[in-house]
Amino acid sequence: MIKKFAIILITTLALTYNVQAGSDGELLLKKNSPTEVKDCFEGLNRATFAFNQALDGIIFKPVASVYKKIPSPVRTGVSNSLDNLSNLVTIPNNVLQGDFKLAGINTGRFLINTTVGVFGIFDVAQAIGIIKHEKEDYGQSLAKAGIGPGCYIVLPVLGPSTARDTFASAANFLGGDPWYNVTVRNDTTYFNDLDYYGSRVTGGVDFRAKNYDAIENLKTNSLDFYASVKSLYLQDRQQKILNTKKITSTQDDSDWEEIENN
Amino acid sequence: MNMKKYLFIFFIYFASLNNLYSMGADVFVQSTVNRVSDILSKDTSRDQKIIELKKIAKETVDIKGIGFYTLGPKRKELNGEQKQRYIKLFEQYFLKSFSSRLAEYTNPEIDVYDKEVLNENYTIVNSLLKSTIERPEVKIDWRIYTKNPNNPMIRDLIIEGLSLARTQKEEFSSILNSNNGDINSLFSSMIKFSEN
Repeated sequence: MIKKFAIILITTLALTYNVQAGSDGELLLKKNSPTEVKDCFEGLNRATFAFNQALDGIIFKPVASVYKKIPSPVRTGVSNSLDNLSNLVTIPNNVLQGDFKLAGINTGRFLINTTVGVFGIFDVAQAIGIIKHEKEDYGQSLAKAGIGPGCYIVLPVLGPSTARDTFASAANFLGGDPWYNVTVRNDTTYFNDLDYYGSRVTGGVDFRAKNYDAIENLKTNSLDFYASVKSLYLQDRQQKILNTKKITSTQDDSDWEEIENN
Repeated sequence: MNMKKYLFIFFIYFASLNNLYSMGADVFVQSTVNRVSDILSKDTSRDQKIIELKKIAKETVDIKGIGFYTLGPKRKELNGEQKQRYIKLFEQYFLKSFSSRLAEYTNPEIDVYDKEVLNENYTIVNSLLKSTIERPEVKIDWRIYTKNPNNPMIRDLIIEGLSLARTQKEEFSSILNSNNGDINSLFSSMIKFSEN
């Protein structure tokens, strides 16, 4: 089944890549621009967003505020460990995107940090000069292959996404995420379901704690919090796809030039 | 002779004054950041800090420019009176939002480390907000409007690559779209925010 899925995925990606052979960064930029992503299910999305906000108020926010009080080195260790696990999805996506050099670097980082760095708690690879790179996922690989984001979607509990990214995340559960495979999919001696779901929930709490003040600040100072979160999510996604943090790579200066003529 | 001496001193004085004002965008950002940092580290009340932060914002941020940018294509549909009202409300909204966001920080340390001149109108200044026990290091870029080199103005803050002006623009657009493009709905939202 995994083999079959992998073959279909690779064939589809390869075909799409060929179709998009003439496309360049500009097309990728335009397709994934926040203004191009339609909010086709806005009513439902807003309702799900409100549900997620309530859930955040009851569970994630209180837990994150306690988590923030844990000594910084412990939180860094947890964060490093989760980052290390994410390499298991990043590496196959480096390969799918044809970035074999990065796949090699990330594999090296994973092996060093899992062994010498005690299950990724310590980022030994960074200390010896093998620097960390951006995470990759199946949604980003589909985007690189020229697939547009489709509609904006807010998923219960998981939060903002797009149709393409939601579809692509299914790959994680169909064999594309080795961590899911050894914990949930297959019976192994050392891991079980709890390890997988525990790591996902911890990842959520870690994210909420890291962005605690920023989220609260945004909530207090937004006229439409839903729209702000949507904009920030889509901007962030666009950057991840383009692998850049430079605003000049993602923002069209003509937006600003227009106001000169008013 | 006295006249020549006087003219020479006069010339030197104005030349140095001009140099002071036509400072580079990076120097402008660092100096603004230092002023904000001084206010936030002072042992004064939150309300006093907000008053002083608003004063800095009025001097260093192109509020009118940001206001028109965030309104998007809608600004072309507004008449003169609506534009005036919008700018007045936007300034109130912006100053409240800006100062209350900043007032939460205590003594933020920001170092300017690079700049990129995009064209004669814009320079992007790169800076880093140093990490604390509470939060990791944050990369902040500043879009500086340099059309008048003697008076550079901030037009956008880009935090970890995410543009605050763009976020604001999409937020306003969402409010307008949800209300059939009625500008009064945006006015009401801004008034409600400013009065709270």
